[in-house]
Amino acid sequence: MSIRTRNWLLLAPAGTLFLALLIVPLTVVLVFSFGERAPAGGVVPAFTLEQYANLPARWTAFKNTLTLAPIGTLAALLIAYPLAYFLAVRVDPRWKTILLILVIVPFWTSILIRSYAWMFLLGGRGLPAALEWIGIEGVRLINTPFAVLVGIIYGYLPLMVFPIYVSLDRLDKRLLEASSDLGSPPWRTFLQVTLPLSVPGIATGCMLVFILLMGEFLIPAMLGGGKVFFVGNALVDLFLQSRNWAYGSAVAVALVVVMLITVTAYMRLLNRLGARRDDVAIM
Amino acid sequence: MRFYAFSVYLFLYIPIGVIALFSFNAGRSASELQGFSTKWYGVALSNPFVMDALKTSLTVALTSAFLATVFGTMAAVALQGISGPVRKAFDLLVYVAVMIPGIVIGIATLIGLVTVFDQINPFIAAIWPDALEAPRLKLGMGSLIAAHAMFLMALVIIIVRARLAGMDRALTEASSDLYATAFGTFLQVTLPLIFPAVLAGFLLSFTFSFDDFIIAFFVAGSETTLPVYVFSSIRRGVTPEINAIGTMVLAVSLILLFAAQMLLRRGARPSR
Repeated sequence: MSIRTRNWLLLAPAGTLFLALLIVPLTVVLVFSFGERAPAGGVVPAFTLEQYANLPARWTAFKNTLTLAPIGTLAALLIAYPLAYFLAVRVDPRWKTILLILVIVPFWTSILIRSYAWMFLLGGRGLPAALEWIGIEGVRLINTPFAVLVGIIYGYLPLMVFPIYVSLDRLDKRLLEASSDLGSPPWRTFLQVTLPLSVPGIATGCMLVFILLMGEFLIPAMLGGGKVFFVGNALVDLFLQSRNWAYGSAVAVALVVVMLITVTAYMRLLNRLGARRDDVAIM
Repeated sequence: MRFYAFSVYLFLYIPIGVIALFSFNAGRSASELQGFSTKWYGVALSNPFVMDALKTSLTVALTSAFLATVFGTMAAVALQGISGPVRKAFDLLVYVAVMIPGIVIGIATLIGLVTVFDQINPFIAAIWPDALEAPRLKLGMGSLIAAHAMFLMALVIIIVRARLAGMDRALTEASSDLYATAFGTFLQVTLPLIFPAVLAGFLLSFTFSFDDFIIAFFVAGSETTLPVYVFSSIRRGVTPEINAIGTMVLAVSLILLFAAQMLLRRGARPSR
């Protein structure tokens, strides 16, 4: 058997799976988004831009997503950076591995259960009850943008810490010594040496978190209680409740397009800033 | 600094701890501790809906993780040796599979498969001897396994290729110079070297599939996985039973994840 045949055989199952469950389904979404809604709930093939013209009807969902996703990403960055710095630069090497694993592991556990935990904590008998006990009354936390933001930070903090940690860990510690030997105060070393050198990690972390947030459904569904909803929630509603596949497909395509535009603009910006793009695995 | 790190760890683990704590509540209330008891674990484990959902979740996770690992490793090994348009196409597909939001994958699989099935079903009915008894393709465990396997396969390809890239090429060359067959080289040289990554890929795939809610929500048809069950019971009202299920789910993921982390770390060190 030639190497060529062997490679084809090895790639055949993966290729088939990609074709049947990625290429074909995504094409159907694209085709349906130009179709018309059938009375029975399916789609009548057509070529109309009607569904796209109706997109403003779901503007609130896009607005919420495009506000809370960047705010959540930024908040996660601000909380993650000092921790990543601590882990990479300050911690005793013996403890590094275990402390790092302790940060990453929650990300790979059920986001459903973790959001449920916050439903529990922010709900009427959780934190608000505790606040009442110390005399602050009438605080409502659950089903507010704040609750969704807490859920977002909680859910995606590990994903932000890891790439920043990797870029800080790779940083040559002698540079920091050189900077302080040359008389720079610590804050100046940080601003002029550490921070610029960790930009690739920051960039990767922000992009991973932002991309995942754009398609978020569970966190707003559980902590926003129908008041704070994302595009993901609109999509569930369109496909599983009102069964409007044509319009739903257009919303899905719009979501992916908005995502691609934002990510491309972001990469352009980074390139202009002269940052080197480091490939950091998702783990 | 130390204090800050400590408080972030508290932030990460207190909610998980609270869930676990309340799963041992003796009372019915999900918010007031009324003594210690493991009875909710008994309630959860004897609830037939929970057990059915658990069985579905385990079947889906095992099968899709297995398929993803085998097909993904095969593809990663083949991609290592080729270049040109095929390689580019696969790189693009892996990228797309990972970048597209899970919810869009779920939707696309739902309407894609329903559309394809609607085309095929009349055809099967036409050639089946008894049209009324003809099998009908519909969404269910099969479609969920396929959807998970596709996404997870992309993940396995990334993980295994990272390991293959770090492998010393001289080893496989030496093996073939010593007259080992291509398959022999794979079994005796390549596979042992990439095995930690393959196993870690399997464990991560299993965990992901077991915890996935959004794809299952769209694609599982009339089947219910554990996360889908938990989501709908939370909507009906919160009881310590959900905490007990949640604690068990977290415990399973935590054990598998520590195993995967250890393997990836051991794999990352040169093992010669």
